[in-house]
Order: sequence, then C-alpha cells, then structure tokens
Amino acid sequence: MIEITRAGFYTSVQDLGRTSWRHLGVGLSGAMDAVALSVANLMLGNPVDAAGLEITMGQACITFRTDTEIALSGATVEATLDERPLSNWWALSVRAGQQLKLGMVNTGVRSYVAFRGGLAVPPILGSASTDLKGEFGGLQGRALKNGDVLDLCQTPPLPRRNSGFGLPVMQRAPYAHRHNEPDPITQNDATIIPIVHVLPAAQWSDLTTAAQQLLVATTWHVSPQSNRLGCRLEGPILPTRRRHEMRSHGIMPGVVQLPPSGLPIVQLCDGNTSGGYPVIATVMEADLHVFAQLRPGTPVRFVLGDVTHAAALRERHQKFLDDIALRCELTRRRFQ
Amino acid sequence: MTHPTQAKPICSRQGEYAILCDLGAATASTVDLMLQHKVWGMSACLAAHADVLEVVPGMNNLLVIFRDIQHDFDASEALIHDAWENAPANASQGRQIVVPVVYGGPDGEDLDLVAHHTGLSRRDYIERHAQATYVVYALGSQPGFAYLGGLDPKLAVPRRDVPRARVEAGSVIIGGHQASILSRTTPCGWHIIGRTALNCFDHTQARPTLLTPGDTVRFEIQEILA
Repeated sequence: MIEITRAGFYTSVQDLGRTSWRHLGVGLSGAMDAVALSVANLMLGNPVDAAGLEITMGQACITFRTDTEIALSGATVEATLDERPLSNWWALSVRAGQQLKLGMVNTGVRSYVAFRGGLAVPPILGSASTDLKGEFGGLQGRALKNGDVLDLCQTPPLPRRNSGFGLPVMQRAPYAHRHNEPDPITQNDATIIPIVHVLPAAQWSDLTTAAQQLLVATTWHVSPQSNRLGCRLEGPILPTRRRHEMRSHGIMPGVVQLPPSGLPIVQLCDGNTSGGYPVIATVMEADLHVFAQLRPGTPVRFVLGDVTHAAALRERHQKFLDDIALRCELTRRRFQ
Repeated sequence: MTHPTQAKPICSRQGEYAILCDLGAATASTVDLMLQHKVWGMSACLAAHADVLEVVPGMNNLLVIFRDIQHDFDASEALIHDAWENAPANASQGRQIVVPVVYGGPDGEDLDLVAHHTGLSRRDYIERHAQATYVVYALGSQPGFAYLGGLDPKLAVPRRDVPRARVEAGSVIIGGHQASILSRTTPCGWHIIGRTALNCFDHTQARPTLLTPGDTVRFEIQEILA
C-alpha cells in the first residue's frame, strides 16, 4: 500500500491505455511517455503495462505503507528517498515508512513511478488508466489528491533486497536516447532539438507547397496551452489551398490537425476520439512519447517520412525495449 | 446495394495503422442517412475481419484501425472497397430511446436566446425539438456522446463564439444543425436548452453507452421552467 502524501501539480494512475473503445467515444488515456513507464516496469520485472503513477513537474511525495520495490523513470527530477538523493532511471527495494520525494524537474515534464507487481487498480474497459474526461479508471476517474491511498498487487517477496540499480543508457535527457540520427538538429546553444517523424494524412494536399515545406523547415515551439489532450504548436501560420467544413470523423492519437488559426495541434493520449479539423499529418507511433516531455516554450521539429520509415522506427523502438528488458532481467538475477 | 455509378469511397492514411474512408462528397457538409446505413454495414463487416482492431464510424465516414502497420495501402484500400461493394447497408431501426427533458430554467439557460434567434416562441421551439425523431449516426468526442441527425432546420443556431468553460453532463444542446446530449461535464460551445437525468455513459454496464449508432431518439417534455 502507498500513500500520496503530496500529490503535486497533476498525478494520476496510468498504464499503457485503453485501446479499441474509440467507437464509444472512449479514448486511449494511458502514460504520455509510454517508453518511460514501460522501462520502469521492466526494471521491476513487471509486464510493461502494469499500472504506475504519472507525476507532472515533480513536487510530489509518496509514503510507502508496506515494503515494496520501486522504479523511477521519465523526466530528470531531483528525487530523494528519506532525504537521501535518488538517481533517475533507478530501481530499488523500499521499506514501509520510507518516503520518496520528487522536487524540481530539470529536464522534461513527466516522471513515472512503478511498483513491483503494479498498482492494484481494477481495470475498466481493459485498462487501469485514469480517463479524466470520462470520469472513470484510476482512482475514481480523477487526479490523485493528498492523502489518497492505493493498494499494490500482491507479489511474492524478493529472496534478497534490491539494493539499487540504474540504466545509464536512459540517464541522458528523457528523449535523447532515441537521437541516433546521423545529424541531430541543434540550436544555437547546442541543445538537441527533439524530432518527431510524421506521415502525410488526408488533408496534406490541402496545404500549399510552401506550407508543406514550412511544416518540416520550422522549429516549432510548444504552447503553454499544451496538456495530456494535445500539444499546441507556435510558429508560422500554415496557409491552405482551400478550406472546407469537415464532417466529424474518427481520429487517432498523433493526428496533426490544422484548425482555422493555421497553427497545428497534435492530439495526444487524452485527445478526442473524433474531430472535424483538417488532418494534415500523423505522428509515427514510435515517436508519440516524445511529446510527454516537451515543456511549454521548448522547440520541436517534424521530419516527413513514409510507412517503411514508420516500420523501421517501430522495429528500432521494439529492439530498444527488448534490449532494456534483457539487461534488466540479467541484473535482477542478483536478487531474484 | 450500391448503385453501380456511385464513385468508390475515398480512402486516405491516418497514420501507419489506420485508414479513413469517406463515403460523402468532399464538398458536402451535410450528412446523408442512406450513406450512413452503408457506413454501419461496412463497419460491422470490417470489424469482424481478423486484421482489423477497431472500426470507428463517423459522419458518413469510417476510420478503420488495423492491428499492424499497413505497408500496402492499395491492399488495405481494396479490403475497404470490398466491404463497400459487398456489405449490406444496415438500415435497422435500432432501439427507440425516449429522453425526458426539463426545458429552460437554470439548466437550460440558452432557451430564450435560441428561440429569439430562430424567431420562434419558447413553446414552439421546445415543441419542434420534442416532435422530431433523431437518429444516432455515430458516437465520439467524449464517452457516450452521440452525433444525432434529424434536427428541424428551423431550430439551427450557430455555436457560441466562446465556448463555456463548464457545461454539466446531461445538458440537452444545440450546435449549428446538430442536436445532442452532453455525456460528461466539459467545456462546450453549444447552446443549452434543457437537462435530462439520463446518464449517457456508465462504465459499470455491459453496454456502457445509453445510445448506439442506429438507435432513434425522441425528446419528451418533462417540464418547462421559466
């Protein structure tokens, strides 16, 4: 059992989300950074989709009421366990009464805490994720509050305590691990600009040629109005050849919509299941998690690709997770 | 049956897994009930296909989400065109749902505005709203939210310029040429003419949504408040 001693800005129960209910108007929900939650679970020997906590911009405190094992992943955050510094991308055993505190977030936005066995939250429509709009899932369909208590799934105790291990490969910036592009795009101050790969969609051809070029040539900036529903981008207005009213149609997470303002919106985990704005492109699935860690005001670039590219990205993504899983399994033999 | 001269529906990629299939004319903003029967028939047919994860019917369109990356667009399109040619249109009436409404009052605060805008009296506006039979075309946007066809064109009112930050679940609403019921408390730019006590989405039920595509809906005057 754990207690949310300080819930912080926005903390919720999430797993990898609710698929195949969009025809009822029920969206994906789930961890915005699915890679971070998956890796945290792998570090504990859990299935990747065990339910954990998504903590937005740190400033939270969790008190363990029972002995368990935890992993911390995602944003680069100043963390302590009983006031002793705790590394990010780190897994270890904790005892009842110990306190995990997350302070300032230095890079990224969202941290994930996974627990051995996962949070014991009854699945609704196949998932434990909090659907804030639907008011179900997680704990009573809402963000967590100070004093909330959550049960953990029962697991046999570890033969030996996990005294702590980390994943140095993940400890660069939260999204930098995937930047093995030959020529990363950097800003003047040499920070790497995150890249997301997109496919053209139904209204791609409604963009003028100049607008198509602008989409990929622009360093976009994340608007402060971005959240779990969508990422609004600030930059040049994209001109279109024509404007027609669209009948409402189903949309997937990752669609890049162009509302009348001419500034793109990327629909994310809590986004609508249907919409009527033109869809100019879609973010390749393997890159969707990047948006979880983009702060307001930070840059992001689009690179246009095709389905072969998307398949290659997915394969690389899966191989990355498989490698992490193997590394964790080997490490866990020390105490399992 | 599809008329042989009717053009094949337009398919386009929506990401590596999904294909959007549009049956309506690209220029038309109206929605056709006959085409929607075809959408429902195709949706049932495609949802049963082993390669398909989910089909999301929209307004004269459908989003087909496949289990795997669709490398061969032409092959996926052929599968959808096959459903268009062979799936029977589903014109079944569905269930008939009666939605009792308390019109006006604090929970229907735009009733005077929409009546004034349409040049009708409050009473006439309400009676026309309650006399019509509506068809559930599709669900979407929020859990259990129904896109209804069948609003009397005289009752249409453009949406608010600035959406309200919070509109209660159960609000009976008008937005442009559409009528609906808000299923969850959210920001909303539609006009509120009343409130129903029915719950549009209950996750504890085997069938979580009050309404299903193909159902017909009638609003019943429960009470009219000043």
